[in-house]
Amino acid sequence: MAKHHVEATVNGDAVEFLCETEETLLDVLRDTLHLTGSKEGCASGDCGACSVTLDGRLVCSCLVLGCEVGGRRIETIEGLAEGEALHPLQKKFLEHAALQCGICTPGFLVASRALLERNSNPTDTEIRYWLAGNLCRCTGYDKIVSAVKDAAATLRKG
Amino acid sequence: MAETQSNGHGYVGTRTIRPDGVDKVTGRARFGADFNLPGQLIGRVLRSPHPHARIVAIDTSKAEALPGVKAVITRDDFADQPSEFIPAGEMMMNYKDVVRNVMAREKALYEGHAVAAVAATSAAIAKRALKLIDVTYEVLPHVIDVVEAMRPDAPVLHDDLFTAGVEPKPDKPSNIAKRVEIVLGDIEAGFAKADVVVEREFKTAPVHQGYIEPHAALATVSEDGSAELWCCTQGHFIVRAHCARLLGLDIARIRVTASEIGGGFGGKTVVYLEPLALALSRKAKRPVKMVMSREEVFKASGPTSGATVRVKMGATRDGKFVAGFAELKYQAGAFQGSPVQPGVMCAYAPYDMENVKVIGYDVVSNRPKVAAYRAPGAPISEFAVESVVDEIAKKLGLDPIELRMMNAAREGTKAAYGPKFGPIGLEETLNSIKKTEHWNTPLRKWQGRGVASGFWFNIGGETCVSLTVNEDGTVSLMAGTPDIGGLRASLAMIAADELSVEYDKVRPIIGDTGSLGFNFLTGGSRSAFSGSMAVVEAAKQIKADCCARACKLWDLKPEQVAWERDRVRPIGDVADKAKPMSIADFAKVAGKTGGPIVGYGRLNAQGAGPSLGTHLVDLEVDPETGRVTILRYTVAQDAGRAIHPAYVEGQFQGGAVQGIGWALNEEYVYGADGKLQNAGFLDYRMPVASDVPMIDAILVEVANPKHPYGVRGVGETPIVPPLGAIANAMENATGIRFTELPMSPPKVLKALKEQGVTAK
Amino acid sequence: MRYEAPETVERATALLAESAGEARVLAGGTDLLVQMRADVVEPALIVDIKRIAETRAITEDRGGWRIGAAVTGAELKEHPRLQQVWPGVVEAANLIGSTQVQGRATLGGNLCNGSPAADSVPALIAAGAVATLAGPQGRRELPVEDVMLGPRRLALGKGEIVVSFRLPPRPPRSSDAYLRFIPRTEMDIAVVGVGVSLTVDASGTITDARVSLGAVAPRVLLVREAAAAIVGSRLDRPAQDRLEAAARAACAPIDDKRGTVEFRIQVAGVLARRAALIALDRARTS
Repeated sequence: MAKHHVEATVNGDAVEFLCETEETLLDVLRDTLHLTGSKEGCASGDCGACSVTLDGRLVCSCLVLGCEVGGRRIETIEGLAEGEALHPLQKKFLEHAALQCGICTPGFLVASRALLERNSNPTDTEIRYWLAGNLCRCTGYDKIVSAVKDAAATLRKG
Repeated sequence: MAETQSNGHGYVGTRTIRPDGVDKVTGRARFGADFNLPGQLIGRVLRSPHPHARIVAIDTSKAEALPGVKAVITRDDFADQPSEFIPAGEMMMNYKDVVRNVMAREKALYEGHAVAAVAATSAAIAKRALKLIDVTYEVLPHVIDVVEAMRPDAPVLHDDLFTAGVEPKPDKPSNIAKRVEIVLGDIEAGFAKADVVVEREFKTAPVHQGYIEPHAALATVSEDGSAELWCCTQGHFIVRAHCARLLGLDIARIRVTASEIGGGFGGKTVVYLEPLALALSRKAKRPVKMVMSREEVFKASGPTSGATVRVKMGATRDGKFVAGFAELKYQAGAFQGSPVQPGVMCAYAPYDMENVKVIGYDVVSNRPKVAAYRAPGAPISEFAVESVVDEIAKKLGLDPIELRMMNAAREGTKAAYGPKFGPIGLEETLNSIKKTEHWNTPLRKWQGRGVASGFWFNIGGETCVSLTVNEDGTVSLMAGTPDIGGLRASLAMIAADELSVEYDKVRPIIGDTGSLGFNFLTGGSRSAFSGSMAVVEAAKQIKADCCARACKLWDLKPEQVAWERDRVRPIGDVADKAKPMSIADFAKVAGKTGGPIVGYGRLNAQGAGPSLGTHLVDLEVDPETGRVTILRYTVAQDAGRAIHPAYVEGQFQGGAVQGIGWALNEEYVYGADGKLQNAGFLDYRMPVASDVPMIDAILVEVANPKHPYGVRGVGETPIVPPLGAIANAMENATGIRFTELPMSPPKVLKALKEQGVTAK
Repeated sequence: MRYEAPETVERATALLAESAGEARVLAGGTDLLVQMRADVVEPALIVDIKRIAETRAITEDRGGWRIGAAVTGAELKEHPRLQQVWPGVVEAANLIGSTQVQGRATLGGNLCNGSPAADSVPALIAAGAVATLAGPQGRRELPVEDVMLGPRRLALGKGEIVVSFRLPPRPPRSSDAYLRFIPRTEMDIAVVGVGVSLTVDASGTITDARVSLGAVAPRVLLVREAAAAIVGSRLDRPAQDRLEAAARAACAPIDDKRGTVEFRIQVAGVLARRAALIALDRARTS
């Protein structure tokens, strides 16, 4: 059958695309819309490298079909920076050396933003459990937790 | 020309923002799977469902006939390679095996072994084409376990494999590829002096490097045999060499660009998809992109060896180690080449001992061929030794740190594997751990504390970088070793300090294989060590060149001009004759003083000092479920000199957490059918953020005299001590000596029950 | 592969009933998409039920609660009152996978995936939840414990879907709890899961209880003997021991990559006791 024609909003921009039923939102973002910041680490929802928000809700884009997102609002890592300035999370990840190889970083940033939108002052434990679906094999998570806390403090100060 | 050491801005030792950072926090950085070319095809691999089978026939005709399929390759597309061993970092390799690992020839030797590959106009068509390839297998009995594989009646994987290193040469093939041995002193005499002897057998499970980025490659081969390849690798020059060999191409015809790399830990030092993508592209005459699924990563790449290790150590009453014996049996996977050699060499390396004997066996079985994993081989043998050291401490009623201190290798110690150590920092790490508040905090019931040390050699090797002073005085730095965790930051800091330019004015990139001389891969904790030496060399050339230019400009003799502190100055009695010139000043006059200002650092770096570390861990055991919680963790390690302390700490922390996974939950689980049952992140249980505490990192700096800044490699040692430290903490918590990894809850609960250690 | 996202239950069931090839219901997709990617299933038709309002609603219903089959774990957690009444159900749903998965995974999907290790199912069974099913022949109600027959086997007819779950009215001093055992702190599939729901009288004596065990048999079990072991008690030590023994006696697990038979049986007893103690504490203070 013919491909699905889907209209949605990605990082504030209206987009339209065609996709097969079995194509995931991650496939669409990467291969059709050329937004390769979201990464495929497992395609099974176990690593979080493809994290995006869908109408503000944090999801793995590998577990969403492209044809499901008609009319919905998608935010990816490419939309995190605000105009010319980096988001405080991005700045703090850099300052704290919270990345080594960087493949998991987009997912961690998108997931961390979703956390800070709900909880402006999370504890270490809250950060760690919220981010448990984002695997990082390089850092041991230490500096990521520090960066998120520091970014939260910056955001609280406004 | 006179020269004095430059002091520059002093960036080394500070926490700069990494130059590649913004790209990595914005999604801009391009990793292996992020490259695409117009007209590209999608390549997919057909993999063996059997752990061991003769490949009788492969019929690709139906797949080739499927519309959209542009190329199909099998063993027939690769020429056989003669048997020849070649050093590959800390390991050895043989092209006869490499060609068989990338594409099975006579037999499929593990579940997931590549048997054919297709390139098609879409992923869906490629997938359908795989189903149309008809492979006739003659299924053979398989063997998974290393001890079983060593039995005389075990199914033999290679009928031309005769155990090397034994006399007389065996007349029958076996799965034991080789026996290695190191001997120092007289082991029997040593044991005769011992007041206490502890002997234990240990077992470790194979574990995967677990990089989050699956292997990916994009290849394009033109009609004249010129090839371009983009891939995620720890060594694009190595990829080029392997691919040239396997495809019969001239090295100059292949240009490999290393993408950003999403983790490797040793697992991306070999080729899997790269030669297949090139072969498919050569056949299809179109670009071919290939990306592994996570399942393929687990079944067909990595892991490191599982092993069986027997350790016997003797000590005198006052704690002096007088004899150490070990026998290591390491799984190599389907082809020989386990890291048993470094395992043998590292086993007793942290200690100053007169009598050591270590024997190792390299054993093949029907598993994926092992690849390097962070200090390959060392965590396994040192886990066993560190466990026994702890037991000796307990038997003698000695503090485990004091016991290690008493026996610690230090400057001048002759290692059992050969060399005499220069300055090394084991004692300093032990001292730092002993002084921590962590070490002195009381524990509660069911909590335990463990300590263990670890050793890794580190390597240097062939390295080439260029430094170019641009027209505006900025500096372009090109290195040829993929940046896996902050290399560009470190090299830029060194360049900035050497040339006295601002850090932000140095822009480092990783050049492709056409842009620099040969670089060995990123591995052996060598890239910052060797790369910084090459940068110093390149900077030295630039400074000498600038001095020569100044001589011309100022009409002075070479001895009247020198680079002092931050610029070229007239010196001595002509010191007032001219205004000193910075690098930026020379940039402005480059054209009229001889053209571009370029330095080219090339060397085969020697003198990589070993890095030793000591880890301290607190954990708690749930006596009713066997579940272990890591409560607190401290790492102290000798970095020689930390160029970028935050990234050094990151290495310590990341290695410790990988070690925690290895110790507690990670393992390859095979069914009786020889198939891997947990080929995914769901059931291959790597630590998640909520599994671990903050990891305190203590930087110990015992300068490496062989490096201009005192640097040592730091990346690998951190994975060595955790296994022993955690096992020792488990003993401390429960009174039970765990000898089998992982110490997963079912095993722990069973041991508690068997030993009568219960909550009630 | 056809994709449909109907807005009514009737349309959804008709599509499923009429499908010639394999048809799958898509709710959160956290199991289905993984199975599709791994080539375990290749459906000819996918029916997305998330556009059906009834599957997405949480409503009070005759003193109890009705939860749509396509309500996600995150939505359950964010509901202002549900967590107070049914903390065990909410915590179970929020143990399914990561934060990302909780934003998608649904109660209906967790049940209909047909895994004996599904986290929310023991909690729902302990809660006495009844599933409302709709099919070409109309609607019917089925206790959750009767929906799953075995691994990947459900008591649903062709074209039949789970529309919602009804949680019964709660007497005073009632509460529930769900615990599972996993080797890590997050992200694993339950090696053992235990749901306990109970009611106590003013003196703290348990007057009613339901205990359900997951991942210890081919289907999620409602263990009446385990409930009987604690009803009439204040969950003192002997009652705890009886509960542990009854829970263990009900287990019929397998050895697999996630745990051994011996381990599962042992831990089932431990978790039953721990979950009951948590539920009791909650009931007393509710």
